[in-house]
Amino acid sequence: MNAKSGKGFGILVTFCAMFLFWLLLSGHIITEEGKLDVLHVGAGIICSAIIALISHDLLVKEKGEKMLSKSFRFVIYLGWELWQIVLANFDVAYRVLHPKMPIDPLIIEFDTSLRSDFALVTLANSITLTPGTITILVDPEKGKFLVHAIAKKPADALLVDKTMQKKVADVYMEW
Amino acid sequence: MIEVFLAIALLIALTILLSLYRAALGPGVFNRVAAINVIGTKTIVLLVIIGFYFGQPWFFIDIALLYAVLNFIGTLAFAKYLERGEVWS
Amino acid sequence: MVLIDVIVILFLAAGIIFMFTGVIGLLRLPDFYTRLHATGKCDTLGEVLIIAGLLLYHFFVYSPGAELSVKLVPVKLLFLIVFIFLANPTATHAIMKAAYKTGVKPWKKGDARM
Repeated sequence: MNAKSGKGFGILVTFCAMFLFWLLLSGHIITEEGKLDVLHVGAGIICSAIIALISHDLLVKEKGEKMLSKSFRFVIYLGWELWQIVLANFDVAYRVLHPKMPIDPLIIEFDTSLRSDFALVTLANSITLTPGTITILVDPEKGKFLVHAIAKKPADALLVDKTMQKKVADVYMEW
Repeated sequence: MIEVFLAIALLIALTILLSLYRAALGPGVFNRVAAINVIGTKTIVLLVIIGFYFGQPWFFIDIALLYAVLNFIGTLAFAKYLERGEVWS
Repeated sequence: MVLIDVIVILFLAAGIIFMFTGVIGLLRLPDFYTRLHATGKCDTLGEVLIIAGLLLYHFFVYSPGAELSVKLVPVKLLFLIVFIFLANPTATHAIMKAAYKTGVKPWKKGDARM
């Protein structure tokens, strides 16, 4: 796939996504007489086309088949992530409501093999939402993360076990 | 169900009131920005639930969506400004 | 009808409990970084649970037999859930990065409250 057709594919995918988004948010597709609502749908087409021309490189960066398999594994990862979020909330609730507040904050640093934007965003948001850790800084070129942990145990889960890094690397195939 | 929605809306308003303590008195500007971000996200839920309380959620959900985007962008702009002293670089 | 009411009330109650935990953390924890731990996690899940409960209620009570723009409200609520999941941790991360770069010192065990 050469550069020009890749660009056209990106514009097309962005346009379709934006137009679907417009239709879902507006809900004006058919008028009361049963005809096509030309005003609303036409405005949607024009707006989606402008957005697709300007910012197609933000959404689509690679070929179609790879994205599909990645999205599939991402959905599976999301299930695990939701469970971790529930655990995180009970962890925070325990620490906050305990009379002595068992917290011992520390800042840790670690490297990952991830480089692409989507993978880094996924890992950063996952770290923030899972028990006891929040991302402070991300260095996209070296894959370096600076993380604030609320106690020793959640910090070890990132430094020693590296479960989450492995899972995100599996999803985006960047080992 | 109307009573339940009213009770939940009042409880959310109470949490907003408690967060207002941190926004008004919290030492330093960062505590205040964090508290204001929290208040903004609670306001989104409050808007949606008010729509259900009046029985016409389709009028309020668009405002809630818009408020979510505005709140997020406002927090990001504030954080950038505090970090670099200017919003555009 | 009664069953859906009970499920929705359970969702709303769980959400409001998590939101109260987040606010208590915001008031009680000793410094800025640890306060964001409470708000970044508990508020996200609490708000998502409340909106999910309302989504279920709308889907089973208002949606059947309504016109299209009313039927689309659950989709918009779903967008709101996805947006909160994406935006809330990002906003937390942005404030934290700004604080770290301007040199706010993290609290260590044994320090006074900040």
